[in-house]
Amino acid sequence: MLNIKNLHATVGGRHILQGLNLQVGEGEVHAIMGPNGSGKSTLAHVLAGRDGYEVTGEVTYEGRDLLAMLPEERATGGVFLAFQYPVEIPGVGNLYFLRTALNAIRKQRGLDEFDAMDFLEFAKAQMKLVEMDPSFMNRSVNEGFSGGEKKRNEIFQMAVLEPKLAILDETDSGLDIDALRIVASGVNALRRKDRAMLVITHYQRLLDYIEPDHVHVLANGRIVQSGDKNLGRQLEAQGYTGLNVPVTAG
Amino acid sequence: MGAMDTRGQTFVQRLSCVPESNGGLTAFRRAALEWVSEHGFPTTRDEAWKYTQVSPILDIPFTPAQQGMDLGLSPGWIDQHAGRLGGVRLVFINGFFAKGLSSFEDIPQGAKITNLASVEGSFSQSLKDQPNAFTALNTALARDGAFIQIPKNVVLETPIHLVFVSGTESEPTMSHPRSLVVAEAGSTATVVETHLGAATGTGRYLSNAVMDVALGEGAVVTHIYVQNEAETAFHLSHLGIRPGAGSRVTTHSVALGGRIARQEVKVMFNAPGAQAVLNGLYMPMNKQHIDNPTAIEHIAPQCESRTLYKGVIGGQGVGIFDGRVVVHPGAIGTDSSQANKNLLLSDTAQANTRPRLEILADDVKCAHGATVGQLDDQAIFYLRSRGVPVQVARDILTLAFADEMLNLIPMTALRSHVRERAMLRMRAEAQEVIG
Repeated sequence: MLNIKNLHATVGGRHILQGLNLQVGEGEVHAIMGPNGSGKSTLAHVLAGRDGYEVTGEVTYEGRDLLAMLPEERATGGVFLAFQYPVEIPGVGNLYFLRTALNAIRKQRGLDEFDAMDFLEFAKAQMKLVEMDPSFMNRSVNEGFSGGEKKRNEIFQMAVLEPKLAILDETDSGLDIDALRIVASGVNALRRKDRAMLVITHYQRLLDYIEPDHVHVLANGRIVQSGDKNLGRQLEAQGYTGLNVPVTAG
Repeated sequence: MGAMDTRGQTFVQRLSCVPESNGGLTAFRRAALEWVSEHGFPTTRDEAWKYTQVSPILDIPFTPAQQGMDLGLSPGWIDQHAGRLGGVRLVFINGFFAKGLSSFEDIPQGAKITNLASVEGSFSQSLKDQPNAFTALNTALARDGAFIQIPKNVVLETPIHLVFVSGTESEPTMSHPRSLVVAEAGSTATVVETHLGAATGTGRYLSNAVMDVALGEGAVVTHIYVQNEAETAFHLSHLGIRPGAGSRVTTHSVALGGRIARQEVKVMFNAPGAQAVLNGLYMPMNKQHIDNPTAIEHIAPQCESRTLYKGVIGGQGVGIFDGRVVVHPGAIGTDSSQANKNLLLSDTAQANTRPRLEILADDVKCAHGATVGQLDDQAIFYLRSRGVPVQVARDILTLAFADEMLNLIPMTALRSHVRERAMLRMRAEAQEVIG
């Protein structure tokens, strides 16, 4: 469903992705691991459509040219990015924000829009998945949320928006062990045969909870090694330097 | 201001026809007109008019608006465009009282609510001061307006709504509504002042409004001002407030319309222990110019003033906040803060902000600050990444910025009405971006 060929991305004169190739099939869970500065987050941003990058190469998503789509078109088409640093938006209520988003997606899918009452019922059920307090719905988007609450909110949004391709950008960063368990079990509950996931992480520990079908190592803007779930464990034991990959500074 | 030039003289001559008044007011009116001749119109060299040129106004051959135009208005139209708040509503068309469109439901015992023409004598006090040439013109030429008197210790449960509708079918016209609110000691009242352009006509008019509010000891007044004139119109207004000892006044100003609009709020703290809260929101879009001067004079001790104004500026709009707080000698224990925040929606939008503070007394607490920013790109991307179209994302964030002020407006019916009007203005901006 996702086919990335020879993807390059440059930002501020820095050539970050340098010919990345990756194929993700329907329902597959792929982990992308790599050292800091290897281009993991850039990959997530480029796939979600963030501007500010010069991008070349080819990315097809369900047969469509993903790079030609606006960020909102990608989202309504089923692509979801769980942010590493979720943005605080003062003055915009969580509930209102998410209902607006879901209705944009439902409209695209030819479904009726949810009214406020129906949406509230639906949202409450999804919140249980990540053990989120319903009072969060009345607060501004991510405003004053702790690091763990922000990450839970990302997974909660994923549950509500029901994507076909979920990209989790360092969802484990900044989480203590309890929050990690809650977030990971939320993600596992959302695994489906028709939902692919790209789990981007620095550490193996997230993959102890979310077991991937494939593991890839990203270094210097390229996939340098691919394998099954055991590759992650091997990295944990040996470190990225043990892979014999030339790691350049920056 | 200096002696009047030929253009100013011609402007005044076209308008001059001092109404005959009872009770010796004609003398005040003539004196005001003489004041204009002597001092002339303000220029950008006058500090208080630094950002607003009056020459585009003086170039237009305005003539006095005539009584009797109905502009096709109905009570339903007023409900729709000014909001239906319940209670007393006085409607004025081009500065003349329109009895048929007004309603006098639930006037509380003892309260006096009527139009100026029937009680002109009560205005004499407020006619003496001349802050500038336009307020002086108002004094000289005002035909009508509202007069509200709340007796001692009376609490009004419902707001008093004053609606000023302007419009012209052919020649540019000018009107000068003049209002006075007297809240006697211990009374409580809410006054809503709405300025609107009629749906018909050219929209080439100038509404030059003055309202004075006097608060007795311990009185509590909330004043809400909604300016939604035609985008081709000119609007000048002056709200003068005199708080009595221990009184509290809160003003909410929402300025949406007008080609050139200036709405000044002036507070004179002559009695101790009073409090004034000034809130404002202005949204110039397209080529609108909206100026918001505030002037707060702390003369008596132990008074408190809080000013917060926000600007949302799009297109080639110009938004101005010009706040001036003066703490006079002897005004000890003054507590004052001023803040102004602006959001620019386009590269051609312009914000001028000048919170000023002059402290001539000891033992005072004063703060002031201003910001100018744009929509947060990260927040826009976050919303888009969830499927929200870019223009909707911009609207949501813009409204969130404005909501800080809109949410302060009391009364749900009025708040949602004003919010709706503000959203319509934003959409004018959105269409411009797309087109």
